[in-house]
Amino acid sequence: MASHYEAPLRKPLVTGDKTYHDVTLDIAAPVEGKANRQWWIVFSIALTAFLWGLGCIAYTIGTGIGTWGLNKTVGWAWDITNFVWWVGIGHAGTLISAVLLIFRQKWRMAINRSAEAMTIFSVIQAGLFPIIHMGRPWLAYWVLPIPNTFGSLWVNFNSPLLWDVFAISTYLSVSLVFWWTGLLPDFAMIRDRAIKPFKKKIYSLLSFGWSGRAKDWQRFEEVSLVLAGLATPLVLSVHTIVSFDFATSVIPGWHTTIFPPYFVAGAIFSGFAMVNTLLIIMRKVSHLEDYITIQHIELMNIVIMITGSIVGVAYITELFIAWYSGVEYEQYAFLNRATGPYWWAYWSMMTCNVFSPQFMWFKKLRTSIVFSFIISIVVNIGMWFERFVIIVTSLHRDYLPSSWTMFSPTFVDIGIFIGTIGFFFVLFLLYARNFPVIAQAEVKSILKSSGEKYKKLRDSK
Amino acid sequence: MSSKKVYWKSVAQLDEKNEIVHKLENNEFVEKIPVDEFLGDEDSMNQSSTNRRDFLKYVGFSTAAATLAACEGPVIKSVPYVVQPEQIIPGIANYYATSIADGFDFASILIKTREGRPIKVESNSDASSMGCANARVHASVLSLYDIKRLQGPKVEGKDVSWNDFYSQLKAKLKAMGNSGKPVVMFTQTFASPTTQSILNKFIKQFPNIRHVTYDAISSSAALDAFENIYGVRALADYDFSKAETIVSIAADILGDWQGGGYDAGYAKGRVPKKDHGKSKMSYHAQFESNLSLSGANADHRFPIDPASQKKVVAQIYAGLTGVSLKSNLNAELTKTVAEIVERLKTAGEKGVVVSGIDDIAVQEVILAINNHLGSKAMNAAQPKLIRKGNNSEVVKLLSDIKSGKVKGLITVGINPGFTLPNADEFLEAFEKLELSAAFAIKEDETAAAAQFIGATSHYLESWGDYEFKKGHFALAQPTIKPLFDTQQFQDVLLKLMNTKTNYHQEIKSFWKENILLEKTWNQSLHDGFLTTDSSIEFNLSNIDVSDQINKLSLSTSNGPSLVLYTKTGMGDGQQANNPWLQEFPDPISRISWDNYLTVSAIDAKEIGLKNINVSNGALNGSYAQVSVGDKTITAPVLIQPGQAKGTIGLAFGYGERKGLQEEMQVGVNAYPFYNNFDSVQKVSIKPADGYHEFACVQLHNTLMGRGDIIKETTLEIFNTRDKEFWNPIPKVSKNHMEYEVTSSEVDMWQSFDRSIGHHFNLSIDLNSCTGCGACVIACHAENNVPVVGKDEVRKSRDMHWLRIDRYYSSGETFKADDKTKEDIDGLGDSLSTFGKMEQASQNPQVAFQPVMCQHCNHAPCETVCPVAASSHGRQGQNHMAYNRCVGTRYCANNCPYKVRRFNWFLYNKNDEFDYHMNNDLGRMVLNPDVVVRSRGVMEKCSFCIQMTQKTILDAKLAGRQIEDGEFQTACSNACSSGAITFGDINDKSSKVATLIEEDRMYHLLESVGTKPNVMYQTKVRNTDQT
Repeated sequence: MASHYEAPLRKPLVTGDKTYHDVTLDIAAPVEGKANRQWWIVFSIALTAFLWGLGCIAYTIGTGIGTWGLNKTVGWAWDITNFVWWVGIGHAGTLISAVLLIFRQKWRMAINRSAEAMTIFSVIQAGLFPIIHMGRPWLAYWVLPIPNTFGSLWVNFNSPLLWDVFAISTYLSVSLVFWWTGLLPDFAMIRDRAIKPFKKKIYSLLSFGWSGRAKDWQRFEEVSLVLAGLATPLVLSVHTIVSFDFATSVIPGWHTTIFPPYFVAGAIFSGFAMVNTLLIIMRKVSHLEDYITIQHIELMNIVIMITGSIVGVAYITELFIAWYSGVEYEQYAFLNRATGPYWWAYWSMMTCNVFSPQFMWFKKLRTSIVFSFIISIVVNIGMWFERFVIIVTSLHRDYLPSSWTMFSPTFVDIGIFIGTIGFFFVLFLLYARNFPVIAQAEVKSILKSSGEKYKKLRDSK
Repeated sequence: MSSKKVYWKSVAQLDEKNEIVHKLENNEFVEKIPVDEFLGDEDSMNQSSTNRRDFLKYVGFSTAAATLAACEGPVIKSVPYVVQPEQIIPGIANYYATSIADGFDFASILIKTREGRPIKVESNSDASSMGCANARVHASVLSLYDIKRLQGPKVEGKDVSWNDFYSQLKAKLKAMGNSGKPVVMFTQTFASPTTQSILNKFIKQFPNIRHVTYDAISSSAALDAFENIYGVRALADYDFSKAETIVSIAADILGDWQGGGYDAGYAKGRVPKKDHGKSKMSYHAQFESNLSLSGANADHRFPIDPASQKKVVAQIYAGLTGVSLKSNLNAELTKTVAEIVERLKTAGEKGVVVSGIDDIAVQEVILAINNHLGSKAMNAAQPKLIRKGNNSEVVKLLSDIKSGKVKGLITVGINPGFTLPNADEFLEAFEKLELSAAFAIKEDETAAAAQFIGATSHYLESWGDYEFKKGHFALAQPTIKPLFDTQQFQDVLLKLMNTKTNYHQEIKSFWKENILLEKTWNQSLHDGFLTTDSSIEFNLSNIDVSDQINKLSLSTSNGPSLVLYTKTGMGDGQQANNPWLQEFPDPISRISWDNYLTVSAIDAKEIGLKNINVSNGALNGSYAQVSVGDKTITAPVLIQPGQAKGTIGLAFGYGERKGLQEEMQVGVNAYPFYNNFDSVQKVSIKPADGYHEFACVQLHNTLMGRGDIIKETTLEIFNTRDKEFWNPIPKVSKNHMEYEVTSSEVDMWQSFDRSIGHHFNLSIDLNSCTGCGACVIACHAENNVPVVGKDEVRKSRDMHWLRIDRYYSSGETFKADDKTKEDIDGLGDSLSTFGKMEQASQNPQVAFQPVMCQHCNHAPCETVCPVAASSHGRQGQNHMAYNRCVGTRYCANNCPYKVRRFNWFLYNKNDEFDYHMNNDLGRMVLNPDVVVRSRGVMEKCSFCIQMTQKTILDAKLAGRQIEDGEFQTACSNACSSGAITFGDINDKSSKVATLIEEDRMYHLLESVGTKPNVMYQTKVRNTDQT
């Protein structure tokens, strides 16, 4: 087939000599089969964590933000740390599905579905925090520029928090539409295979009446491209705007022009790490080793290595600029970051984010699944610390020494964070059992034509 | 006219043959409703799980629920005035002049009342003496609404009526009088001429009664010394504004020394004033053991132990008079004393020496020194009369009670069961007395042990007259009807004597006869004070104190000394149940809700005592066991910079348990150590197990070499160098050109046109601010600032809108710190140097800086609020719309001054925060002009917009211009030292408009470019050797 040029030098992206039908069967298997014991165990743990988090959120809303460890000097800590962390994680999905689509990186096809699912689920977690961190969350809708009868009250378009509202909501909606568009042919596939009428009904609803006509495919391709075009700037803009929360302030350690690129690199860094974490497990559990191959993991490790190094350069630039600025408050802020009471957070961040990805220079290590998994976890811990370092160590010692203090989380702070991890996994586990976790329609387009299996058969004759 | 109209329902009606129409004429329904069928179908009825009884229950429940849902909400009955009182206009505040005289605090004050409720105390700045209200006096209005107050008289623990109380007490007194059993009236210092005359009459009627005055914190030594020399039992008065050289040996002249009230005069002399082209200010040297407010403000401070202090007094006398006296001071101190003597000699009559040592000899030498100098600052002719207690009489009385010589005791306004060093013994004896009566405001230790408890009125419900100072009289008038069934002690005496008049009439007639002369009663009552020129007569040329100085120069100390003191917030502890005062951070230690042993770092290391900061920054101090004689207590330790080696400080006023809400029962009781009423005691100390959790609002003590936060210079530099040298405006580079940060070149903001209308500015003079904290409490009262309690303060969640930052220098001086920081060379050096700069020096310089919202014209908080709850006003204020706030706290994070305070919880009507805002009585103190904030919103200083708006509206109504001084904030109003000035800079004649042009003026963190409307005046220290 002319449309599928088969580069003889390139390694096949899908291994295991699959036929088109094999792909269908492999992808539909988790949806059509029954959940195993492990799934239930993990799901129960995630659900428990989620419910515990919900309890902590209810306690916070019922009693007050005082249930957290915040104080007059440190007005944000775990709440915004978690927010930025989750938003950052979300970045990989869009990058994989949009940017790599535009750059025609076909290897993305095996992972973009799950990566984008991860994006959406983590943006949902992220979106929780700006709401629950408010003193009066029941008035959260006041940050929306909705016509109202409160008099001449309107939102403040100068506030980066308002920009966040637009950035995050745009990001969530575009990602969701993009994701769903990709899902349509796959949902249709499951619908067509479904035996039970109820299931058929549900999946036909989900697939928006996909019929598989040529016109459908043509529109599908067009919409995908348009959405990819829309989503690509979002990859850069969302975390840029999140970084404005800090960069536009006057607090030493926040007031930094390097933040937008630094945050975007960090976001991609943490996002890829999270993709690695999730997919390494999923390929094993859902028997997708032929689709999500070592090659995928290696490529992602390379991205992690590069973005990790960018982040490292950013950290060092910050220190340099602080020194070079000659501003004593800046200088002290960064000195305090690295050597003050929160030195352990800074050096955890440095170790996890800058040093650990350097192992990926070694082919042996970056193609090791166990090692990649460990590093992916380490990077996620490191990126959480990065946000904690930026937020807490800048606030806890700013201008007037009389206000200097420390922050210590309460069980509620911790509970809500764990709750969001639980919520994330609840969503992801449900997704893994009910959604086609690999864009099978797209993957079929990168099968070596009629499938390696048949070619081998043909050649052997 | 009857209507014949027939209305038709449908077209079908026109068809006469229609069956349905026909049927409907007779039946309600076209088809028969199968009721019988339904009820008769036993099968289906039996299948239903709802039986008849359940059905009735459902009906009953839904009816009840529907009825309840239809009910109205709770009805709060408000009773409108039928006839409106002439004086009270809802919404308009009335001010009354009155006086406080609780035996410890004496002051002429103004009371602001709203709708008949006293809600705020203000200084009576017109009063000629004691017109300055300190933090405790400002807070005393809340003690009026204390739920722990006695609500009526009690006899033998039972509530009785006042008539029963009188008859039973009178019967007992009569019986004892008949049998000649001695009874003692054991009272506070009244300083009240009329009370004294009533007491005299009473004693005449009951000759078996004698009167003993007792001050919980005794000034007896100074009184005795003054009496020995000047023949009158009083205290010399001082006006420190007249002094050029002030030498204080352990006298906390800015605290409660000899009744206090000296800070205004002191502050006046501390501001550099131009005199023949050169600026002058007073010089203040302080010798002391504990770091006091006075020591913190001194130019030179010498931390020495109490024995050395006595020697210093003797040496100063010897040095001044030329009497030969062998110096047994160490070389350094000898040199210091010589320098001080030189300064005093130069100052001559403009010098003054004061001491707070509880030793008659010291006090006599002090009077001799001032007499020798001819000190203009000391006024012996019109001495203070606000302390009367006599140690020897009190000691004699106590032994008489124990031995049974005295059969009855009536205590008035005092709590000896708590404040006496041997309170337990006293209480034991007191309970066994034939007659024990206590006139008290709350059921304290003494009252609880008494047979008769006379519930006395709060001073705001009372009449009174006082002579604070010879010839300086004051009046007190009730500002509210007694809230409870209470009486004034004086009225009780009059009743017991069967007098027809009441105390009010007695005062009036006494004043008409003895005091008023040509003045009118109404005018005096309106003013709250009356000044006459009467003075005491004395005749002395030389005071011979040679014996005393010889004795003093031989003072020795063996082992550590305990130096007892009173805290600015708590004083003698009378108002311990006042949550404002408990939450008030001590100006020096910045610790609230506690007292503690202050120990020097060297001693702490030797003994093994530690202060540590836990993970959320909060301060912990190890416990130590201190013993004086056979008494031992365990108390937490605070390592106090500036504490003299070998001395330990401990504050009075804490540790009371009776008559206090559980939350306020904090700290340890220092009174058991107050043996012989001497504030210095020989002590032994050893570490004890465990750590105490402090609630400290400032966890970092040094300025880290950030000299632009508190700008300071020395008098010499101030006089000789340009402003650019000692108060430069920071510069910023733009296109390789340097611009001042205030220049419009480097400003990217659009400004309002500020030339029209008012533009409010506030100036804080760091030279005259003593750190007394009256403004903190005034702000608390004016703005309904919540009290959050010890645990929350410990979590750095104090709510004060106005705080007074206190910094210690890390090196010798703050200037040296700046230099240390400047000289940092390289990364390694900065690591170690900054580490060292976090530690305060052994004898640090101290600086105070009141910080409230700076009302930035370019406010970082305003831009970041997503809902525009924080926005700028035309008059320069940074507004906070509480009801718009959603509580993101972004504004607080982005505030470089960290002045924004968040309502972490609901602080009113919440049992978790059981302070005054959680009961109806306590809520009466709330200012109706200021909203009480709900949880989840940010709050902060508003420049008292309710006060400025009122001023504007009043002027508008009267159709006149606003004069300078009319605009006030609670803090500027409360500041008796004149450090805080508020006003309109668009009024070019205003004081604040001239202050903004001062050379000393700077803005806090000018380099950030926030353009604040609060300015500071550079601190000038008189530390150059002259």
